Order: sequence, then C-alpha cells, then structure tokens
Amino acid sequence: MSPTTVVTGLGVAAPNGLGTEEYWKATLAGQSGLGRITRFDASQYPSTVAGEVPGFVAEEHIPSRLMPQTDHMTRLALAAAEWAIKDAAVVPDQLPEYGMGVVTAASGGAVEFGQRELQNLWSQGKEYVSAYQSFAWFYAVNTGQISIRHKMRGPSGVLLTEQAGGIDSLGHARRHIRKGVPLVVSGGVDAAVCPWGWVPQIASGLLSTEPDPTRAFLPFSAEASGYVPGEGGAILVVEDADSARTRGAAQIYGEIAGYAATLDPAPGSGRPPGLRRAAENALADAGLTPADIDVVFADAAGTPALDRAEAQAIEGVFGARAVPVTAPKSMTGRLLAGGSALDVATALLALRDGVIPPTAPVTAAAPEYSIDLVTEARDAQLRTALVLTRGHGGFNAALVVRRSA
Amino acid sequence: MPITTEVTLADLTRMLRESAGEEEGVDLDGDVIDTPFIDLGYDSLALLQVIGQIQREYGLVIPDDAVVDAETPRALLALINTAS
Repeated sequence: MSPTTVVTGLGVAAPNGLGTEEYWKATLAGQSGLGRITRFDASQYPSTVAGEVPGFVAEEHIPSRLMPQTDHMTRLALAAAEWAIKDAAVVPDQLPEYGMGVVTAASGGAVEFGQRELQNLWSQGKEYVSAYQSFAWFYAVNTGQISIRHKMRGPSGVLLTEQAGGIDSLGHARRHIRKGVPLVVSGGVDAAVCPWGWVPQIASGLLSTEPDPTRAFLPFSAEASGYVPGEGGAILVVEDADSARTRGAAQIYGEIAGYAATLDPAPGSGRPPGLRRAAENALADAGLTPADIDVVFADAAGTPALDRAEAQAIEGVFGARAVPVTAPKSMTGRLLAGGSALDVATALLALRDGVIPPTAPVTAAAPEYSIDLVTEARDAQLRTALVLTRGHGGFNAALVVRRSA
Repeated sequence: MPITTEVTLADLTRMLRESAGEEEGVDLDGDVIDTPFIDLGYDSLALLQVIGQIQREYGLVIPDDAVVDAETPRALLALINTAS
C-alpha cells in the first residue's frame, strides 16, 4: 500500500490577510482584500482593481543578503514558506537534507524583477542590469530560494499550469512522497501586479473592467463580469503520514486523498471541457463517491461562460444543489499560481473548524446555476472537500482533502 | 588613465552592502581586508553585482575575471585602483 500523504503546516499571504489566521478570520467574516491598484499607476489600463497583500514589510521577513536578489513575489513566498515550516514544527537542520524537497507553482516568474531589469537595460544599458537577473526572474526562483534557505536538497521542481499550478504542485509533491521522500514543501505564491504582469492578463479578455472593487469580481452571480487578479498564495508542508507522526508533527490538517489533472480538448472539437473529468478522476483516486464530499471549493473564473461550464460540471458530478459550493477567492482575486494552493489551504482550515467560508460579496448564485452557493459562513460537519481549478490554456485539476481520523 | 580618487575598504563595504546585502553574523566594519569573500558570505554572483556598481560609480572597466581572481577585499581593491 502506498504511503498516506498529509499536510502538516500552512503559510498564507493573501490580499485579505497576511498570515494564516489573519486570512482565515477575514475570510470567514467576508472581508474582501480587493481594491484599486496601488503598486503601479494603473489609471491608463482598462482594469484597475487587484488584490494586494496588506502590511508586508519585506525587511522584517527577508535577510539582507536576499533582498537584492528577490522581488515582491519571492519575498512573499519565502515568508509563507517560513511560516509553514514553523507551523509544522519542522526543524530542517534536524532532518536529512536530501529527504526534504520543494515543489512550487509559478506563472510568469518574478515579472516585477524582470520588468525592472529590462527597463534598466533599454533605458541605461547593460551595465545597469542586475547580475541577479540571471535567476531572480525565473519560474523556478521560489522553489530555489526556499530550497537554499532551508537546506532542502531533495527532489524539487516547479509546475506551470497557470491557476491550476497550486494543485498540480501538491499532486506532484504527493508523487515524491509516494516514492519515499519524507517531506515536500509545496504550493504556490505569485505576484504580478505590475505592468508586465498585467498586460498579458488583459490580453486574455477574461479580466473584469469594473472599477468598483466591491463589484469587480462576482463569480457565479448574475453580474459576473470577469476576474480580478490578486497576489499571494499559500505554502504547505506535505509529508508522509508515518514520518510526520514519528517526528512528532504539531498537527495534521488533513490527507491529500485524491488528485487528478486533465487537459481541455482543442477548441472546436465539440468535446466537453475537462473539468468534470478531473473532478471524477480525483474522486475515484480517493476511493470516494460524490455523496462522500462535504463541500466543493470552486475555480470561480468569474466570466458567465466559464462559470456556466463549472456549474454544469459540478451539477453533472453531484446533481442539482446536492453539495455546498464556495469560492472565497471572491475576496482575494485569482492569484495565478498561488490561487489553487490557497484554496487547498482554505479547504483544510474549513475541515479543521467545521465551517464553510462564504463567496462574499456575492449574495446569490445566478438563477440559471443549479448549485448551492455558500454566501455566508456556514457551520457544517466536514470530513472531505473537493477543490477545483482551471488554468488558462486548458489546464484542469482537482484535489480531494480528507480530515485525518 | 588611473582614477585619482582611491577606492577604500570603506567604499567597498558600503557598495557590498548596497549591492548584495550583508550576511548575518558577519561584521563588514571589522578587520576584513584579507578575509576571503566566500567567508564574508559573498558568492561570485554577489561579486559580479558589486563590481557592476563599482564600474558605474567610478566609470571604470573591470574585467569579468576579477570575480575569480580577487578572492579578498585587498585583492579586489588592488584591481580597482589599477583599473582604467
């Protein structure tokens, strides 16, 4: 029998809360972190709302040597990783360094760093480009910096499947655990609230252009008009259950019981999108039936077409209004590679406390969707959660977490 | 033409701090002139970064090999102060 994979530590940096408990408290209270962009002058862009992480003073979290070689994204990732490791009561010095891996998700890499150095190159010349540009912009930079800082030299990597990356990285971490690696630091933290990170998202045509932060991102509602990007995400400590118990883990949030990924068919093929198949495969992988799932965390793309497709997939698997569905990312925005990692962390917190966070500020699902959308925090007996995600370009992934017995 | 103002250890440590930060547990204000950069917590990339700053601030051209050749602040300062 293959080893059981569990989550023993969480570190969260989110637009509505810096730190796991701050985020969780705000989320249950329905407090949104969306607002007008402050990180750059967005007044000339069609989309002007984002979720920015509040109160992060990098110098308080990042050693001086790492400041010149990191940007906002990597600093948030390093802070979240440190919190997750502390939360899990892992002392890396006391564990075999090749028995700890790092697998994170990325989208465009450290685009803020890359943009600044490209500006230096074209406006002042190559002598003005940071030597750290050689790696600091790179997709794998969060994985690398976490690995170096905590001396985790086991199997490591980076996955790029846009919003699906957070779950795909956890799925990949589980593969490593099953091959005998005791511990993998996983998840994703992203931050692309800068012009170079903004423009490609505008080009997708999926961004909301609503300037009112309280109305810009209303997934599954009749007013859905696109999504709002945010920065942040979650880092999770993933372990072999036996070795977690042996070393005396502080807590076990839950088991990664099922995982599956699918790709959408080519446009025009007439075949259905792959999200439903991902959900069904993840349930089968967990050895569960739809009736065993207590709550669904939705991808919540926020455009009518994508919301409709997801509502149909959920209804197809579970039946009409048969399971509570929530999307607290309505309060953070979609966090690129950090999004589905934060959703998994949120699902684990929901299992821990027996409460489903709301899809605030949405007040009701559009009548055409036959889903039980949770719009106010709801107490519930929760043993299992299904987390769904879609990444731009046809990626789908689903993950089942189960509370440890 | 050699520069007229000599670059001092104090100048170098200031630029090291600005370009590459300071390793915890290392005191750059101490007696570091002959301490290898690697023991001060600086790798080759950190040196490349600080050499870039020196070149920009003083208008010098320092060969890339300096990163390998200059293993201590004394050796790097000698290279800088003979560069043109």
